Amino acid sequence: MKKHLNTLFVTTQGAYLAKEGETVAVRIEGKVRLRLPVHTLDGIVCFGNVGCSPFLLGFCGERNLTVSFLTEYGRFLARVQGPVSGNVILRREQYRRADDLDFSARMARAFINGKVANCRALLNRTVRDHGDRLDSEAVGDAANHLTGLLKSLGRDRPLDEVRGTEGDGAHVYFSVFDHLIIRNKEDFFFHRRSRRPPLDRVNCLLSFLYTLVMHDVRSALECTGLDPAVGFLHRDRPGRSGLALDMMEEFRPLADRLTLSLINRGQLQGKDFVVSEGGGVRMKDKARKTLLTAYQERKQDVLLHPFLEEKMPLGLFFHTQALLLARFLRGDLDGYPPVIWR
Amino acid sequence: MYTEDDLLMLSALQHLLFCPRQCALIHLEQAWTENRFTAEGRVLHERVHTAGADSRCTVRVEYDMPLRSLRLGLSGRADIVEMHLQEDSSWLPFPVEYKRGRPKKDDTDRVQLCAQALCLEEMLDCTVPEGALYYGQKKRRTPVQFDDRLRRVTEEAAARLHELLSGTVTPAPEYSRRCESCSFIDTCLPRTAGKKNQVRNYMTRMTQS
Ligand code: SF4
Repeated sequence: MKKHLNTLFVTTQGAYLAKEGETVAVRIEGKVRLRLPVHTLDGIVCFGNVGCSPFLLGFCGERNLTVSFLTEYGRFLARVQGPVSGNVILRREQYRRADDLDFSARMARAFINGKVANCRALLNRTVRDHGDRLDSEAVGDAANHLTGLLKSLGRDRPLDEVRGTEGDGAHVYFSVFDHLIIRNKEDFFFHRRSRRPPLDRVNCLLSFLYTLVMHDVRSALECTGLDPAVGFLHRDRPGRSGLALDMMEEFRPLADRLTLSLINRGQLQGKDFVVSEGGGVRMKDKARKTLLTAYQERKQDVLLHPFLEEKMPLGLFFHTQALLLARFLRGDLDGYPPVIWR
Repeated sequence: MYTEDDLLMLSALQHLLFCPRQCALIHLEQAWTENRFTAEGRVLHERVHTAGADSRCTVRVEYDMPLRSLRLGLSGRADIVEMHLQEDSSWLPFPVEYKRGRPKKDDTDRVQLCAQALCLEEMLDCTVPEGALYYGQKKRRTPVQFDDRLRRVTEEAAARLHELLSGTVTPAPEYSRRCESCSFIDTCLPRTAGKKNQVRNYMTRMTQS
């Protein structure tokens, strides 16, 4: 199977990446500060003013390595990728199925099932671990509410209703999210999701992590030969990666959990952020590095894949899910099994 | 007769004979696994070195010779074709394939070699009675006669290959011991794919309790 490798995150402004033989050389102010063999990487993510030589880009394309460019604050700009893998039959099947609204509703149910179940697991687990330090009754009630939603998702239902259930679930879950923050409450609080711009530190962290997960999910879909743009729950919209967004749903609680643990373990402080005039919040360099390292380390954790019942690094789960989706579209499985943690 | 557009890769025969699903994964789904590419590169490399020493003046050696047969609908390359000088001063082709590992019990390698011979016969308008397989682990040549039985098996395999690859359906897996030596096991998922209600049961187990 595709091995889980490291992603190289480059955050130093003004850095320039070049190909030197089989390695990536990271130059800062003309001096090579780091050299990494390309075969140990599965992606490169450049933040802000980071340059890349065309030869390195070509080489990465050949090796099926995606290079993404993000603003300094994690907003996606562009991505360079090699030739699309030749799997035209799979993609055509994907398009055909995406046109079928009943089938799309079924897929949407699977993705949302994954998300709601994982949200519930996060709530339950926080109550278990820190029940004495938070309003465990409110959080427990929210978890029960999610259980009810899972029941209703167990049945066939039209796409609109699945979307409705998803909205309900997100509302209930985020309404107790603030309770899950048990340290540094004056700096870290959560009232509602805000994205453009994030209006508090927690939203800032969530948005940034979702971008990272999105990057990984999209690459995994591309490697499997699926078209990340054509989704089931997220319908076509120019410039939107519908399928990547679909598959991200089940992984969102993963980012949420990481955000909470960084805050609750005190790895991030209020002063690691800048609040701008209009209220938008940005991370300082140091916070961004802490977050990237934490995400990177998290992806190395070896966990049991609940459906395949095999152990693998978390980073490989993205690829495995893309593969399982492809296998379902090709008719080898009776459904798409989202990753569900308990 | 096939047209040039219909030609399939000669090497797909060995995949078909090993496992039709593997053949479809490679040639229909184009699900390459990384170690495939590297393995194939290495084979070619080793082969060129082992055979180079073998040219006498009654034998010419052609490396990496392009082949095709419109009758079987196959095209590919032969890594080595020796041309043996005959008494009537014509040259008789003698294909040699290098295989890593040891000789197999089944026909896989012989069929691939035979298909090369059939291509040579069609292209050079001659009869190729014999060739050889060279097994890396034994460091020895095993001669292969292209008799009627082997020719028939090869022709049938070519026909089955065309049938499989003209469709879009990857056959369901059948888990067996050979899966453990198959480099596609992680993409194929032979133990889970094709089983009834597996995802349905998983979903019920994970969400409804
Ligand atoms: S794992 Fe088994 S069933 Fe799958 S392609 Fe390989 S040999 Fe065939």
